Amino acid sequence: MFESFDATVLARLQFAFTVSFHFIFPSFTIGLASYLAVLEFLSLWTGRAVYLDLYKYWLKIFALVFGMGVVSGIVMSYQFGTNWSVFSDKVGSVIGPLMAYEVLTAFFLEAGFLGVMLFGMNRVGKTLHFAATLAVAVGTFISAFWILAANSWMHTPAGHALAPNGQFVPVDWLAIVFNPSFPYRLVHTVLAAYLTTALVVGGVGAWHLLGGRKTDGAKVMFSMAMGMITVVAPIQILAGDQHGLNTLEHQPAKVMAMEGHFQSHPDGAPLVLFGWPDMKSGKVLYDISIPKASSLILKHSFDAPLKGLDTVARSDWPPVPIVFWSFRIMVGLGMAMLLLAAWSLLARVRRQLYDWTWLHRLALVMGPAGFVAVIAGWVTTEVGRQPFTVYGLLRTVDSVSPLQAPAVASSLLAFIAVYFIVFGAGIGYILKLMAHAPNRGEPAPKPLSPAAGRAAGKA
Amino acid sequence: MPIAFDLPTVWAFIIAFAIFAYVVMDGFDLGIGILFPTLKENERANAMNSIAPVWDGNETWLVLGGGGLMAAFPMAYGVVLSALYTPIIAMLLALIFRGVAFEFRWRDTGHRKYWDAAFTLGSVVATLAQGITLGGLLQGIVVHGRSYGGGWWDWLSPFSLLVGVALLCGYALLGATWLIMKSEGSLQVHCRRLAPWLGIATLSGMAAVSAATPFLSNAYYQRWFAWPQILFTAQVPLLVAIASVVFFVSLRRKATYLPFLVALGLFALGLIGLGISLYPYVVPRAITIWDAAAPTASLKFMLVGAAVMVPIILAYTGYAYWVFRGKTGSEGYH
Repeated sequence: MFESFDATVLARLQFAFTVSFHFIFPSFTIGLASYLAVLEFLSLWTGRAVYLDLYKYWLKIFALVFGMGVVSGIVMSYQFGTNWSVFSDKVGSVIGPLMAYEVLTAFFLEAGFLGVMLFGMNRVGKTLHFAATLAVAVGTFISAFWILAANSWMHTPAGHALAPNGQFVPVDWLAIVFNPSFPYRLVHTVLAAYLTTALVVGGVGAWHLLGGRKTDGAKVMFSMAMGMITVVAPIQILAGDQHGLNTLEHQPAKVMAMEGHFQSHPDGAPLVLFGWPDMKSGKVLYDISIPKASSLILKHSFDAPLKGLDTVARSDWPPVPIVFWSFRIMVGLGMAMLLLAAWSLLARVRRQLYDWTWLHRLALVMGPAGFVAVIAGWVTTEVGRQPFTVYGLLRTVDSVSPLQAPAVASSLLAFIAVYFIVFGAGIGYILKLMAHAPNRGEPAPKPLSPAAGRAAGKA
Repeated sequence: MPIAFDLPTVWAFIIAFAIFAYVVMDGFDLGIGILFPTLKENERANAMNSIAPVWDGNETWLVLGGGGLMAAFPMAYGVVLSALYTPIIAMLLALIFRGVAFEFRWRDTGHRKYWDAAFTLGSVVATLAQGITLGGLLQGIVVHGRSYGGGWWDWLSPFSLLVGVALLCGYALLGATWLIMKSEGSLQVHCRRLAPWLGIATLSGMAAVSAATPFLSNAYYQRWFAWPQILFTAQVPLLVAIASVVFFVSLRRKATYLPFLVALGLFALGLIGLGISLYPYVVPRAITIWDAAAPTASLKFMLVGAAVMVPIILAYTGYAYWVFRGKTGSEGYH
């Protein structure tokens, strides 16, 4: 089935497939680790049993998600070398250290305290256990910091020089880490992770409320999730807008593709709501547009001129339809999240948060929306960077390993088969855990064993 | 060979340390996976509980080894990983099965035997792949310019397969001796019975790989047998011989900790042997650590992080092991 693809396309497909699958897990664990820290803090502070029940309920799910995140993440850390060896040779000196810092400051912290968090509840004191949860939560954030610094540098490279042998060499580490798109991408991505988690928690709560299992646990998780979405969704839309303006400044071709602007508009560009971008003719077919609205959003003026892809060399165009549509999926879901936020606020004010069936239905449907939005956003920014790996400086075709196509085709097929079997099963187990409502006295991951308990007792 | 205290050498040692930490720590995890089919259900639960809280941290050393190689020796990272594409991908896929089995076998008792099989198969394939990777590296890699220049089956040879099998024995030995430390009752008895055989297999594997290596290339031969460094290199097999005696005596005396510690010692000696064969090359006879090294600015920047973080990591990793010290029982933890 892959005869018509060359090794570069296959390597790109493999990277896109493995990173998309991987990204599902951290985008959930970043938020869930923080949620667990909040729950454990509330449990310690208020002494209310419901918080401990919810902690134990979500901890079991966290263990599964985190495990899948780890094993799919190791694949990513090796794939730079296996499939993108030329890229690694050229930019390893710049982004390699950022990833090494991620391992040193985040991965070990998470892994080291995960064991205590999952299995140590009866082995260490309550405060110490909370410290372990906090360490894991902080670790997920530090991890996001470094990997997004590395990723952002590929979008908006800064602080480097080019060596005669073709390698990028670091000159100013602060400029490399805090490259122009990094602060925006970090805020936007971490908020997305929080939203994703809140939507899942809210969806699970809604499922149990709809099913008549109105336990304290189901109510509290639904209320907390809706509260989180109410606060974060509007902030996220603002953050996304700022990120977009930053992209317009540094990667204009990406914004042109997102907007479907093939032509330049010297006196006000239309906002294309829908349509089919056709790269051959350089037009958006069947478009529905609002005149001059794009200039208003991007330049805050109806008549501001906006350049189109006609000012960019054809060989530097990203694949427009993918970027155009993934962007619309992300924004559309963002608007739906805003609707959910507003509706839940109304329900809260009217004291109908636990009884408004249609709200619960929407929350249930929106449960997985965060994952879709996160992946759509990721596709927008990554495909929008094409045809470069390091924007404007290193082309994707010049980054790939000198591998034969059959090697990459085989590994791609193997990844697809393994990921669907393993992670399909894992997601099934997560849904099974979610299907039962959190009860009073929720069972925790138990102490490891009677023998283990004795050893701790001796100390 | 200049023994200058320069940054690439420092980084070569840091990465060697990360790889050693990975090999011994995940080695006993993988070893337990390899031994899994020989265990009864309650012994399996017991064995898995003894590593469940720490396996993730152990595997992180593999990420540090890979990430550190990319950052410190980017050219070598690219050349080695693309040359050994098939075994590396096989290892990654196998580690997925191994890793998820920790959670999945408790979540789905109906399919437990499948996840147990995945645990074993994942451990065996990952181990073989790691050994084959090492063998493939030792036998040499074709380099064109700054990239790999060979085909995608170059790694396959009797020698690389031999290293794979030797590592399988070695990890099984680490797993068995770890369980002697961490278990009691039937599981401990079982592992005590296996350990001498695994010791013999591991030592035979080490001997076979060591005997074959000098014949891969004259450079290795010179390294080991040229006068006067033979006075130094000969210490390695001598120490291995001493360690083997201590190992079998400790098993006979039913020692609890010593067999595992000696097994670690054997791996350390193996690593020193590798260092003697390879240094200062990352890719034998083709790329030295200085050819492949990232610019000083990168190595310095990371050295600050490693100098601060590695001791902290070792401290809290030690703490995590201490929390779960003592014998583990067989009760499921979910």
